[in-house]
Amino acid sequence: MTVNLTLIVLMAAFFAAGIYLLLERSLTRVLLGLILLGNGANILMLAMSGGGGTSPLYVAGTPTEDYTDSLPQALILTAIVITFAVTAFMLGIIYRSWVLGREDDVQDDPEDRRVADQSSYDWEDDADVVAETSEFFDDDDADPTVRRGSTARDGAATLDVGAARGEHDPAPRTRRPGDPR
Amino acid sequence: MIAADLAPLAIVLPFLGAAVTFLLIRHSRAQRAVSISTLTVTLIIEVLMLLAAPSTGTHAVRLGGWEPPFGIVLVVDQFSALMLVVSSAISLAVLIYAAGQGMADGDEDGPVSIFHPTYLILVAGVSNAFLTGDLFNLYVGFEILLTASYVLMTLGGTAPRIRAGVTYVVVSVVSSMLFLISIAMIYGATGTVNMADLAVKLETVDPATQLVLHLMLLVAFGIKAAVFPLSFWLPDSYPTAPAPVTAVFAGLLTKVGVYAMVRVETLLFPGDRINSLLMIVALLTMVVGILGALAQSDIKRLLSFTLVSHIGYMVFGLAISSRIGLGAAVYYVAHHITVQTSLFLVTGLIERRGGTANVDRLGGLAKLSPLLGILFFLPAMNLAGIPPFSGFLGKLGLIQAGVELGTPLAYALVAGGVLTSLLTLLVMARVWNRAFWRSPDDAEDPDPILLASKADGSSVGTSRHVTGEDTGRFAGKDPVTLLPRTMTGPTIGLVALGLGLMVLAGPLFALSDDAAQEMLDRTPYIEAVLGPGADG
Repeated sequence: MTVNLTLIVLMAAFFAAGIYLLLERSLTRVLLGLILLGNGANILMLAMSGGGGTSPLYVAGTPTEDYTDSLPQALILTAIVITFAVTAFMLGIIYRSWVLGREDDVQDDPEDRRVADQSSYDWEDDADVVAETSEFFDDDDADPTVRRGSTARDGAATLDVGAARGEHDPAPRTRRPGDPR
Repeated sequence: MIAADLAPLAIVLPFLGAAVTFLLIRHSRAQRAVSISTLTVTLIIEVLMLLAAPSTGTHAVRLGGWEPPFGIVLVVDQFSALMLVVSSAISLAVLIYAAGQGMADGDEDGPVSIFHPTYLILVAGVSNAFLTGDLFNLYVGFEILLTASYVLMTLGGTAPRIRAGVTYVVVSVVSSMLFLISIAMIYGATGTVNMADLAVKLETVDPATQLVLHLMLLVAFGIKAAVFPLSFWLPDSYPTAPAPVTAVFAGLLTKVGVYAMVRVETLLFPGDRINSLLMIVALLTMVVGILGALAQSDIKRLLSFTLVSHIGYMVFGLAISSRIGLGAAVYYVAHHITVQTSLFLVTGLIERRGGTANVDRLGGLAKLSPLLGILFFLPAMNLAGIPPFSGFLGKLGLIQAGVELGTPLAYALVAGGVLTSLLTLLVMARVWNRAFWRSPDDAEDPDPILLASKADGSSVGTSRHVTGEDTGRFAGKDPVTLLPRTMTGPTIGLVALGLGLMVLAGPLFALSDDAAQEMLDRTPYIEAVLGPGADG
């Protein structure tokens, strides 16, 4: 199979420029990069169809090798239509992004940032286990006044958990965990 | 006339339905009726095809009467029939759920009117990808489902969805470009895009060229299937979409990628040339994915990470590529589509009931709504692989295959699989402990509806009980049913289907095993398309 060198060089240039643009943060440039990549792929397919020839209409007596291969052209046509639709959609998204936030940049995921920022300590999973979790008390080794005070409320266990919580998390939370910054 | 000849209907019917729902864009009731009945009929046809598949074997339908390898063929074998049935079943359930959500919120029109046609086009694209026997047609099928998914992902056009949509669209287009480039190179090397023809002709290509083509295709499909290290985009983009959309994406889209990988590995490039590479990739996907899930507090993001992690199990089975490994992978795909979708649907219900999907802000749901508790608990345990659920059976099959192979890498995979299963259990237990078991008092900054219904002391089903306060999430003045039957119904149905996979595990495992044998033999597929004696 012979390959057209011009097409290959052109394809390489398209791919190089396309990938360079794709790595930009501006959405318009990313879109241009995608268009270049799509066209590069189409050129590659054209190069893979082998050399040129007569149009693939049946004429009696023409040897089969003389016809050009029409299948890759059909494939390219399909691919062009698909790239066209995706480009139109991308333009819509970019415009919407501009209307919403005057932004043409790729945005970071706020939830990603939040997860990355959060402390590795979690009071519910990692808090020290409270030593006394029983609601029943042994009369011998506890001070009766404290006991009366605690049973009057929720029981010693909840009080202790509250204390442990206050110790590790002294400031009340002002920011909702789900809120974006 | 045999059932497999009905295969084109699985693609054409949803397309027709999409056209009709487009015409009915101002009549949401009629739209709902058309789209639900279309999918029901499609599902019935596909069930007929699946029931007939074991007796007819692999069957090819020539579109337009063109002889292969020139025309496009649709190929029905047990694997594709099984995938079709599972995918249509969950699509139908999600459609009813989405329609129910629209009805319960009382929005008769609005951005949702575009939902039905787009959704049906998505289903058509998925069916096309499962059925086609032509590599370029597979590309077209992928593009149909991806373009529909771009629209669904950015439904409503809010800022977070546009942000997520950009990532998703760019990554998907790049993977499609890689696929297109691979097709061009494969055509250059062999002069055909028919998959059966390729299976014969690729064997004569120089091994080094073969390896390049093979890896190019795997990278393209690996991005779609979200295999580590190509999985970064998924947890970024899935969670922001509406709950039903995320559910169907999580169930179907990555599995179409896995399906394509299975076809590439078994039909186009058989042999164990890159199996060690696949094993390492599978191990990393499982472990890295589940470690990501451990760090999340948003249930939707957490489930997206478990989704990535469990794709690793399917690649595991594919990498072992013995009959039992491949069979277990086929079974696991069917199991995982069902379970992952039901978990996302339940998360949508949790979000509706509790006002948020962030576990830090939830609490006491088990007491407020025991039904929700059961609906979450069953698929969660199923996903973690607790016996006797279907997840356990699938993992057991994979582990058997790994031990049978017996290489150090296979044992590492087995260990990684067990570890991932345990970590999944841990992740699910954390969600359970926080959202369901603890008291709502312990939740940080809970939603008013969660607290108000608790103060009431009764289990309330509507947002009416919070009138006088700012209920925020529900725009209208009218009370809104928090857990309508039209939304819980399909969820219950899917959870039941997940349990059905456990009850029917015997026949289903036999089917997967047969499907694996068929794929490993390759001859049935090639002869069905090209005629007897073509292999060789």
